[in-house]
Amino acid sequence: MMEILSYHYMQRALLAGALIGIVCAIVGTYVVLKGLSFIGAGIAHASFGGVALGFFLNVNPVLTAVIFCMATAWSIGLVSRKGRVKEDTAVGIFFASTMAFGILLIGLMKVYNVDLFGYLFGSILAINREDVWFTIALSAVVLLLVGVFYKELLFVTFDSEMASVTGVPAARIYFLLISLIALTVVLSIRVVGIVLVSALLVTPAAAAYQLTENFRRMMGLSIVIGVSSTVGGLLLSAMLNTPSGATIVLLATLIFFIAALISPRRWRRHHTPDLRPPTSDL
Amino acid sequence: MSQPQPIIELDHVTVTFQDLLALDDVSLTVTAGNFLALIGPNGAGKTTLLQVILGLVHPVSGSVKTFGKSPADLAGERSRIGYVPQIMSVDLNFPVSVGEVVLMGRYGRIGLFRRPAAADRAAALQAMKRVGIADLADRPIRRLSGGQRQRAFLARALANEPDLLLLDEPTTGVDAASSESLYELLRMLHADGITMLVVSHDVGVVASYVEGVVCINRRLVAHGRPAEVLGSDELAKMYGCDAMFFHHGHVPHLVVEKDR
Repeated sequence: MMEILSYHYMQRALLAGALIGIVCAIVGTYVVLKGLSFIGAGIAHASFGGVALGFFLNVNPVLTAVIFCMATAWSIGLVSRKGRVKEDTAVGIFFASTMAFGILLIGLMKVYNVDLFGYLFGSILAINREDVWFTIALSAVVLLLVGVFYKELLFVTFDSEMASVTGVPAARIYFLLISLIALTVVLSIRVVGIVLVSALLVTPAAAAYQLTENFRRMMGLSIVIGVSSTVGGLLLSAMLNTPSGATIVLLATLIFFIAALISPRRWRRHHTPDLRPPTSDL
Repeated sequence: MSQPQPIIELDHVTVTFQDLLALDDVSLTVTAGNFLALIGPNGAGKTTLLQVILGLVHPVSGSVKTFGKSPADLAGERSRIGYVPQIMSVDLNFPVSVGEVVLMGRYGRIGLFRRPAAADRAAALQAMKRVGIADLADRPIRRLSGGQRQRAFLARALANEPDLLLLDEPTTGVDAASSESLYELLRMLHADGITMLVVSHDVGVVASYVEGVVCINRRLVAHGRPAEVLGSDELAKMYGCDAMFFHHGHVPHLVVEKDR
């Protein structure tokens, strides 16, 4: 155990993992409460197109992924806001087309790129010093934005219509939120991989949701669970020699099931009648 | 007393959602101090009418003015409008307390980059006291009864000390006794000088509290004192043959069969 910690690559992975755990947990709280899980998954898959574009153009894939994910997030937002198609339909379209774009580029390169595999499934060995600095910078940006727009993000997540009525710029805050999701996805793909990143965005927050009825506490618990999952998962993967991303996600899922099992929400439901009113008109 | 000022002015408002005609050429003026019920069958466009006033829905033709301004340039006037949306529009399991929900009512007025000040918290507390739920401030909203929850959302609307209150089906999911006390509370708020427009299903109950009834079914069907409107042929026509009236005291009651 101590031996593992003395490796530089492991120290870097743990630092990046802890930061990712925090950022995913915080942004994930909004994702879970506003029901944006599918958008998260869509943006995560879009990052594959962005990474492939980076390899194709021979520039840093993380940079192209940031741009690509942001563009996809905004496209989904714009298309569904216009009301032409539903949000989940928009995600469905971009989900596959951005991946198709990535696959096409890889096909054009005609060289099998091993590093691309690292982006798909995450690889702690691949995290270099530059990646760590990048993770720190991007985490700082996300945390700063959440801190600055804390009350607006909460209001828009809870009741977007009312936020708009009282003069909160609800549409802009929504675009801020999906931009935060895009940034979080990109900063997480090195450690957990494109395929699994959406789980890290949803599972710790969903577990925390089971355990509290207080928003701040939910975010706090989500951070504890997120960091436990990434750090614990990385250590387990090093000790058991298992893939890091999968180990992290399965550990988070285990915590989720335990949380659901001990959830006070489960027990309270028995003596709190469901007061949801019948459906009404327009 | 000075001339009552028009607070809401709808002038030939027509709203369509794709091919669906939601509101058809509706003109309506609400003046300061009015306490009006907005009634009509399901899908009549009652909620849409409120959304037009709030600027959430834009008419394809006609104009809307609230406090003399169109929804786009309400700006500071925005906090003079309190809105209590249909309870269905939010996730009732959301992890927030009553106090937090009420304070949210102030967020727009506080503005970006600022945190709620002592004055905002005081206004939120005052609003909770006004509707009698100050003791529930720390309770998560999911652990409220239907009546308490409506009071919480009413307090959120009151946190800005509005001059106009728009309420959309405030008694949905609320038992009969709580529903009566909620209307009683609205009557007190009206006595404090707040102009009220209440969308309602329970025509019979609301008629004994309001001073005027506006009846819409995409078009404006009738507008007048409760006794006039509820006894009119227009109303019977609007609800079709399933409507039935009976008189109880001075106010005619309307019974509408639910499944139509």
